[in-house]
Amino acid sequence: MTACHDVAAPVTIAGVRRVALVGSPNAGKTSVFNHLTGLHAKTGNYPGVTVGRSVGTTKVDGVTIAVEDLPGTYSLDPISPDEQVVTDLLAGEYPDIDRPDALVLVADATTLRRSIILVGQVLRLDLPCLLALTMSDELTSRGGRIDVEALSTALGIPVTAVVAHRGSGIDTLRAQLASFDRWQRPPVLPPADQDAVDAWGRSVLNAADYVAPQPDRRTARIDRVLLHPLWGTVAFFTVMFCFFQALFTIAAPLRDGISDGLTWLGGQVAEHIGNPVLRGLLGQGIIGGVGTVLQFIPQIVLLFLLIALLENIGYMSRAAFLMDRVMAKTGLEGRAFVAMLSSFACAIPGIMATRTLPSSRDRIATIVTAPLMTCSARLPVYTLLVGLLVAPQTQWWGLSAQGVTMFLLYLGGGASSLIAASLVKSTILRGDLLPFTMELPPYRFPSLTVLLAAMWSAAKVFLRKAGTIILGTSLVLWALLNLPLREAETQGRSPTDAGAYVMNHSYAADVGKAVAPVFQPLGFDWRTDVALVGSLSAREVFVSTLGQVSAATNPANPRQALTTMTDDHGHRVFTAPTVIALMTYFMFALQCMSTIAVMRRETNSWRWPAFAFSYMFVLAWVMAFVARSIAVGLGA
Amino acid sequence: MRTRTRRTRDQSRSEIVLAQLPPGRRATVVGTLPHTADVVANRLGQLGFRATAQVDVLRRAPLGDPTIYRVQDTELCLRRREAQLIVVVPEPDR
Repeated sequence: MTACHDVAAPVTIAGVRRVALVGSPNAGKTSVFNHLTGLHAKTGNYPGVTVGRSVGTTKVDGVTIAVEDLPGTYSLDPISPDEQVVTDLLAGEYPDIDRPDALVLVADATTLRRSIILVGQVLRLDLPCLLALTMSDELTSRGGRIDVEALSTALGIPVTAVVAHRGSGIDTLRAQLASFDRWQRPPVLPPADQDAVDAWGRSVLNAADYVAPQPDRRTARIDRVLLHPLWGTVAFFTVMFCFFQALFTIAAPLRDGISDGLTWLGGQVAEHIGNPVLRGLLGQGIIGGVGTVLQFIPQIVLLFLLIALLENIGYMSRAAFLMDRVMAKTGLEGRAFVAMLSSFACAIPGIMATRTLPSSRDRIATIVTAPLMTCSARLPVYTLLVGLLVAPQTQWWGLSAQGVTMFLLYLGGGASSLIAASLVKSTILRGDLLPFTMELPPYRFPSLTVLLAAMWSAAKVFLRKAGTIILGTSLVLWALLNLPLREAETQGRSPTDAGAYVMNHSYAADVGKAVAPVFQPLGFDWRTDVALVGSLSAREVFVSTLGQVSAATNPANPRQALTTMTDDHGHRVFTAPTVIALMTYFMFALQCMSTIAVMRRETNSWRWPAFAFSYMFVLAWVMAFVARSIAVGLGA
Repeated sequence: MRTRTRRTRDQSRSEIVLAQLPPGRRATVVGTLPHTADVVANRLGQLGFRATAQVDVLRRAPLGDPTIYRVQDTELCLRRREAQLIVVVPEPDR
């Protein structure tokens, strides 16, 4: 998976002519793109930067045309990496990517007074150009008007009105794409000078008989409630609560269903294959690895459906508006809130949700700190450890001690994530010039095509780019934990004992013993280290691996076996300070290679996942050591 | 790009920065303060905060920042930090 593979996949269809979509954010560009290309879009990254790239194809009279959805930009004077990509690519200066053959400018008819400046800048590039005018129905209904033909005459280029969310006008647009070499070109290019281009824009709009729309009354009425200091806050928490609940209550049963189905399949395999290595590899290694990949799909698809829905209705920017003050304290902005919140369910969809952030520095800062949020995979680990630490009936200040401990773990995860974000933003990712500005578009009905495309592309990207890495690592971990087979030694033992014997003499055991000096100051013995190695495939695997190494009769709940487990000198392994150190370690450590794979995919380099893994490991170790020392000092 | 303040003695009496204008009021943009970084001044201009443009202050977030403005037919929000760079002449309270 090299960088050049990422680039080559979406672009190089030899001899195919390329059309790029250019427009400001919220102009309806993505909607036009989805209607033109359907679900055939490929998403990747521009080489060397954390800027997403979408390329699709459309067919006109049997001829394939590549369509590229460029990042939204307000102007061709770039101030962010995303805008730099657009400017360089349109100037033909982007390394390894040719200048597009023609451009489709996408502009919102209701905000034309502003975007006419970008139209002027793009026309100066002197490429074949067509203007797709979106929201013209809304312009009329809000008391504005425009003469599309007069606009075309004044600009000197073809203009097509499209209603992106209904898909009308798309067929006309598609038909025009084939003949871009015959498109009318402006006889005189617009002026370069700022004041002159302002005047040019005004004269073009005058010639087109443009009347700007009235403010949207429906939006004003809805905002009076949804942005009200009290009701708006109540509505915000309700929406976010439902959002978060949906991730758990709808996605979790689907995930369990997938996992049950694969367990059944693994059982079938085990019954029918004689060779023990093959049986283990297929039944546990491969099917288990596929299960690890697939179990994320319901969450990812659902999250992207919800995000696309909130975004297209127009609520997302309102939520970001309400939360901006809170997020500003961390150096991030309101839009990062959703990614952070999603990370409470799972860091993987959370990291993928950072695509909605316009600043690539903010995207990276969120990506490298979101895994500190207490994800749902930590829950089984915490449940086990809290159970080892405090008895269920213990009460602190009249509250269940287990509940309080769990709450503190969640709080610690959330707080450390925000603190880390503010540290990262004030040090290595400092100096973003981008001022915080965010449009609040009118409330609109979402388009089904856009929602479907959002779900489809998220799932596809995850499977293609991260799935392979996750599957590969799962196989390696399975081999480490289960090989060599030790058939002779385990003959005649009970399955529990045999499992424990294999694991305690596996390659993972060697790794566990090799890294033991590193974790010894934290009080972990080498069997705990084996479970730590296993938990890299998914944190909850820590519980079952620990169950297996301790030869617990019920590996899914090894509490009994662990309380009595002793080391080679006969001392208890899971003393209170060690359990506290383990909890602290799991709070901070990036103990999840699926997250690492997605970080690689989203940041387009191994640098950021390596950075995140290292700083979180150091943080986890130091904090665990401190926590253990305090516990020992207090005589726990 | 020239979106710097163009001060005359007459105007300067009524000029304030946008951050000082309360919700519900309307003003005309004059430009940005001289110490504004060029890229920020450019971006604010591209978003519609250009000399002679009208801006309405719609509402502040419950926590006091940011604030939603309507300028050139779009609603967008700015933080106090940026709104303090934009010089405006308020219209009389209606």
